[in-house]
Amino acid sequence: MTEFFDILANPAFWVAVLRIATPLILGTLGVLLCERAGVLNLGIEGIMVAGAFTGWLAVYGGAPLWAGVAVAALTGAALGLLHAFLTVGLALSQHVSGLGITLLATALSYYGYRVSFPKVSTPPTITPFAEMSWLPLPILAQQTAMTLLALLAVPVIAYVLFKTPVGLALRMVGENPQAAEGQGVSVARVRTGAIVAGSALMGVAGSFLTLSAFNAFFFNMVNGRGWICVALVVFASWRPGKALLGALLFAFFDALQLRLQQMNDVVLPYQLYLMLPYVLSIVALVLVARKASYPQALMKPYRRGER
Amino acid sequence: MRLEKRSHSSSAAMLLAPLGAVAFTLMISALLVLWAGAPVGQTYGLLLKGGFGSVFALSETLTRAIPLMLTGLAAAVAFKARLFNIGAEGQLYVGAMAAVAVGGLHGGTGFDLPPALLFLLMMLAAALAGALLLLGPALMKAKLGVDEVVTTLLLNFIVLLLVSLMLDGPMKDPSAMGWPQSVALLGDLELSKLIEQTRVHTGLLWAVALAVGLWALMKYTVLGFDIRAVGANPRAAAFAGVSVTRTVVLVALLSGGLAGLAGAIEVAGRTSYLTLDMSPGYGYSGIVIAMLAGLHPLGVVLGSVFVAGVLVGADSMSRVVGVPTYIADVIVATSLISVLVATLLTQYKVKLK
Amino acid sequence: MPEPVLTLTGITKRFGDLVANDHISLELKRGEVLALLGENGAGKSTLVSILFGHYTADAGHIEVHGKPLHPGDPKAALAAGIGMVHQHFTLADNLSVLDNVMMGSEPLWQPFTRHAQARDKLMAVARQFGLSVDPKARVGSLSVGERQRVEILKALYRGARILILDEPTAVLTPQESENLFEVLAHMVAQGLSIIFISHKLGEVLRVSNRVAVLRGGKLVAQASALGTSQAQLAQWMVGHAIDAPVRRPAKSVGEAVCVLRQVSTGAGRERLNQVSLNLNAGEIVAIAGVSGNGQVALAELLCGTRQVSSGELTFLGQAMPPHPAELVALGVARIPEDRHAVGVVGDLPVWENAVSERLRSPAFSRWGWVRRAHARLYAKQVMDAFDVRGGGPLVPARALSGGNMQKLILGRALMHPSLIASDSIANSSTNPAMVQRNTPRLIIAHQPTWGLDIGAVAYVQAQLIAARDAGAAVLVISDDLDEVLTLGDRVAVMHAGEMTAANPALDWSREAIGLAMAGVAAHSGAHP
Repeated sequence: MTEFFDILANPAFWVAVLRIATPLILGTLGVLLCERAGVLNLGIEGIMVAGAFTGWLAVYGGAPLWAGVAVAALTGAALGLLHAFLTVGLALSQHVSGLGITLLATALSYYGYRVSFPKVSTPPTITPFAEMSWLPLPILAQQTAMTLLALLAVPVIAYVLFKTPVGLALRMVGENPQAAEGQGVSVARVRTGAIVAGSALMGVAGSFLTLSAFNAFFFNMVNGRGWICVALVVFASWRPGKALLGALLFAFFDALQLRLQQMNDVVLPYQLYLMLPYVLSIVALVLVARKASYPQALMKPYRRGER
Repeated sequence: MRLEKRSHSSSAAMLLAPLGAVAFTLMISALLVLWAGAPVGQTYGLLLKGGFGSVFALSETLTRAIPLMLTGLAAAVAFKARLFNIGAEGQLYVGAMAAVAVGGLHGGTGFDLPPALLFLLMMLAAALAGALLLLGPALMKAKLGVDEVVTTLLLNFIVLLLVSLMLDGPMKDPSAMGWPQSVALLGDLELSKLIEQTRVHTGLLWAVALAVGLWALMKYTVLGFDIRAVGANPRAAAFAGVSVTRTVVLVALLSGGLAGLAGAIEVAGRTSYLTLDMSPGYGYSGIVIAMLAGLHPLGVVLGSVFVAGVLVGADSMSRVVGVPTYIADVIVATSLISVLVATLLTQYKVKLK
Repeated sequence: MPEPVLTLTGITKRFGDLVANDHISLELKRGEVLALLGENGAGKSTLVSILFGHYTADAGHIEVHGKPLHPGDPKAALAAGIGMVHQHFTLADNLSVLDNVMMGSEPLWQPFTRHAQARDKLMAVARQFGLSVDPKARVGSLSVGERQRVEILKALYRGARILILDEPTAVLTPQESENLFEVLAHMVAQGLSIIFISHKLGEVLRVSNRVAVLRGGKLVAQASALGTSQAQLAQWMVGHAIDAPVRRPAKSVGEAVCVLRQVSTGAGRERLNQVSLNLNAGEIVAIAGVSGNGQVALAELLCGTRQVSSGELTFLGQAMPPHPAELVALGVARIPEDRHAVGVVGDLPVWENAVSERLRSPAFSRWGWVRRAHARLYAKQVMDAFDVRGGGPLVPARALSGGNMQKLILGRALMHPSLIASDSIANSSTNPAMVQRNTPRLIIAHQPTWGLDIGAVAYVQAQLIAARDAGAAVLVISDDLDEVLTLGDRVAVMHAGEMTAANPALDWSREAIGLAMAGVAAHSGAHP
């Protein structure tokens, strides 16, 4: 038991928590924007892979790190545009479109990586973001600038959603699109904008893995983080502040299980520890299910002017 | 951009739609082939030959198609009831685990039953394992409103870890010298080959029979009506006296069971033991196949042969021309999206404002 | 002579082969209340949707204050001063009143919201027109009347000078309707012009200055409200003279078929609170009341899709089984409120819908396998007997028009298949004994004529009366007071989950019903 407290008392543990949480914060905010506008975006897993790959590739090709992040954001935005075209423009099933995009984006990324590096035994690397040692705050100083970006994104998104006209329009479009249309707001435009912006965030979340947490691109790198973001949004009741909390909580357990594995008196197989984050996500979903107040138009296709 | 429903869909459009989808897909993948620096024509030729161009190629394709048929059927029946089962991958693996548990672990010391009976028991256990795995998320959806997409997805990861755990411990093959695989099935329990000198096994007959059975169930039985009604309009179905919860449970058992069987048949017909990498995403490909087939069981049979052919062809093509095999996944994913768009365009006109 | 504020010229709109609006030309003068009348499908909603920019007309143009109106754009309509109060409120339940009203009024690129100013403006507008609201309230928690006020305020907040109201009194009690008319008079006094869509003829003549009647997409008549009678309006709407509905009293009332004793169920908006009612053979009991006062709970209870929480519900002396298939087998005929969402499964073919509630009976299935030939034959005979048109038994149910769908639902509820002795369908293809018109024991009809044209309404009502005369116990739930008083032998009124006693129809006055609808009347009377 004392070993448990030793883990918590060690600042390196909290550094890991914040690092693990960063892509989750960005990804969850991305899903939140899409779903608040009424659209489920299951493309997140593939978009994160694509963002991880294209961002890294740009830096490998000589671009500065922030340019790589921008490339990842643009990749996400482009995939988001495709999803918007299929679900908002053509009113296709949001489930199928999202899954199709995950498959497509993942396949394209892996293909692109193999074409670019056909015969490598160890993955090529880049120089990732450096720690922010100029910051006088503990734990934060050991993070990279991308983590700061993720933390700042939370209040920014909250402000946009609740204190600007476009945020109100976005929320209305996710609650009652007919009402929005009847007050002169184009549902199609707002939804497309939300999906593109949200997907850009997802792309950036992916690039964190290759430009900050690690310095190379691996297959199966994202490993379900996208799906966990989808679960976290429900857990967060579609609110940015709670999304931050959920991501931190999840990262806490993920970091914990890594360290528990290394404890001396461990009797449980390591796989059980690895299962913990996924099991917790399911438990969180079940606990929140009863009182979840979904955006009322979520997953309902809206066809303007149809009888 | 706006959609306007067509007053009558012309039969010309219905024919052009899938062709247009195929053409678009080939165009996109041609660009990718060019990026890899390979000749497009030769690549496509090798792809076709590698998948369908010889008896051997066909046998490989059919072998690969068997688990795809079963996961495709699993997705088709679930999606028809609007139960979005994305967990076929995990259900496949628990089915394989159950098969090995019944048919491998106790060889000689445990279940002392005639092989035929043991085989049936093994299949039943696999189906049950897959079914129970899906039952949890299905009930969570029916009773608590928890979205089954995320829960079934997360379970896939959990199951894969469980398989790894089993292979490290209880199911470890002592003679494999550290290689992560399980004990093998009893030889008597393996499925026999359909064609000599090839890998195609009688599991194909099982899969096709199950496809026909599912088709008959959906079209001709009361349960089939229940499933279609619940999928199309649960409120109206409840009004008509259909028990929605009972139907969802039965669909979960069917869908999970089919995916579990996919795992067992793979073990019994192709690998003989359980490994961590025995399924390169068959569960997810099954979903794509089901959508391509319009959720029609017989269409799933055709769709799985198509997808298997592309996958097998890509493998053999890659060895010659060097284009990465991931192009197969790109082709499959692009086909899905373009078929969906094409089908929609047969019913709606697109009007630019 | 007040000048026209709105001019429509030659408006035409097609949906596929259907001509919804056919060269309609109309004028609205300043300070005038113009009523737009017509049956369902006559084109009223299409016309105002074009006016408001939800649809774009195929031909014709619109001028507001002499300036042309940019078509197909609600923003342009709003800018021109046109506001619309939709029949089905376009409000977001999860957002506040203020959010709902101010959404879209500020430019989307603006990086901040002027909350305080918006709230002050909202309260000022509300005061100006005599509508009271709480800007912070969550819309989902408001009553129907309050929500309509928010819907109206949305238009007034944006400075609407021309207001379109689409069936505004459909969801109000008579007293709430009076309040609304006062508000309208207020608006007219302040210089607004109003287009008022309704199918309630008496109301129309009371409230409006002028009347325009649409039929089959064409404008067939315009007249001043003064000097026009309801009969004349009805004749314009239908195209020929129609007789006023005749009351036909019950001949002989039998035993109680279905009894509710102090039944309570449900919670929140859809609940029943200690309701008692006897449904006797050979009698129609009509339940009046504004939708949303527990009628859905009552209907679901009697249709087998809801359970009793406390109290007693019996059918033919036994507890009523909460299973639709069993009820249908016992002789309960059910007509649900929403034919599209609950009555049929739109994607499935007509024949499967025709047998859907009897599928588990031996007539249509054996060992879990559907007896398709029998089912199709039954469906065809139902369609023939009830004149269901729009394609054969094989078309998807959603292809049927509203009237035909309702006739299908009525037909399958009233026609009972007899047990087939032999398997051979060849023998029974012309066998009339395949389908018998056994009178059901109990008919539950929830808004049976909603959204139907006058011809279909008359047909459905005649069927219900004929069933009653043949000995069925009939329960009609309707928010149309005229229908209640036409059909009901006894009438009860629902409000907030409670029901008055079901007194003979002749004992009720319209005022008394109106008060009961608002929950004012005392629960008295000797007839549960």
